[in-house]
Amino acid sequence: MIKNFLMNLLLSAIWVALTGSLYYTNFLFGFMLGFFILWIMNRNEADQRYFYRVPKIISFAFYFLYEIIKANVQVAFDVITPKYFFKPGIVKYPMSARTDFEINLLSTMISLTPGTLIVDISDDKKTIYIHVMYLTDPETFVRQTQTGLERRLLAILR
Amino acid sequence: MIDIVLALLSTVGALSILFASIGILRMPDFYLRLSVTVKASTLGVGLLLICAAIMFPDVSVTTKAIAIIFFLIITAPIGAHMIGRAAYFTGTPLWKGTIVDELAGMYNEETHELDSEDDDDEDDDTPNIAKTEEETE
Repeated sequence: MIKNFLMNLLLSAIWVALTGSLYYTNFLFGFMLGFFILWIMNRNEADQRYFYRVPKIISFAFYFLYEIIKANVQVAFDVITPKYFFKPGIVKYPMSARTDFEINLLSTMISLTPGTLIVDISDDKKTIYIHVMYLTDPETFVRQTQTGLERRLLAILR
Repeated sequence: MIDIVLALLSTVGALSILFASIGILRMPDFYLRLSVTVKASTLGVGLLLICAAIMFPDVSVTTKAIAIIFFLIITAPIGAHMIGRAAYFTGTPLWKGTIVDELAGMYNEETHELDSEDDDDEDDDTPNIAKTEEETE
């Protein structure tokens, strides 16, 4: 896993050194090329996790960007129109993330999405309390976050 | 092509910062203000920095922009979390349109003040004072 990643970085560094232009587009192209080469070379290996994980990370980045933009448009619309459409509330959210790193990433992601804000994390690290701006129903919100953001995040991390 | 992308990204970034600042003025309570401001400004500053990275085809500008975005994304939610938590401890009232408050009364029972991040031992006495204040209200 980590060996593959380091090998990939090494291959892209070699590509950058050989082509001689240190732009980020060139580096990204070298990274993709290195990924492709590693994929072909390791297709008979037992440990294929790295090659599933990198596309998942990229798709998660796009999904998260889409969520941020969607929620931002909603909040911006509410800010500039005179009527308030939101129904705020503080929701108790049971996490399935267990380790500190997972909890940290999850709470960062939730806090970065507009409309949701972490208020506190419980002592036993099982629940977090989220201040939500557009709350129709607490159970619906919890289910949506569990099946959307948290499931995708944990699929990458585990 | 690059010009169009730059214009689009910088316009969206500047608009989101503008909406964040209008949001500070217009939102009815503290938590909503915090909620609107932190995210929109993070997105706006991030987009403007990405624009700068695309605009100048120089490695040092790109690396600086990426580093700033990285630290912004790491620090901004933690700051918002700490400010919101402190506001809840000191009993900042929620807006009257708030539907549910599932955090109310939870500090006395199973869930107390320490969270998974970087609290030290000195924090133990401050929430107790805040707790009694909440009880007396």
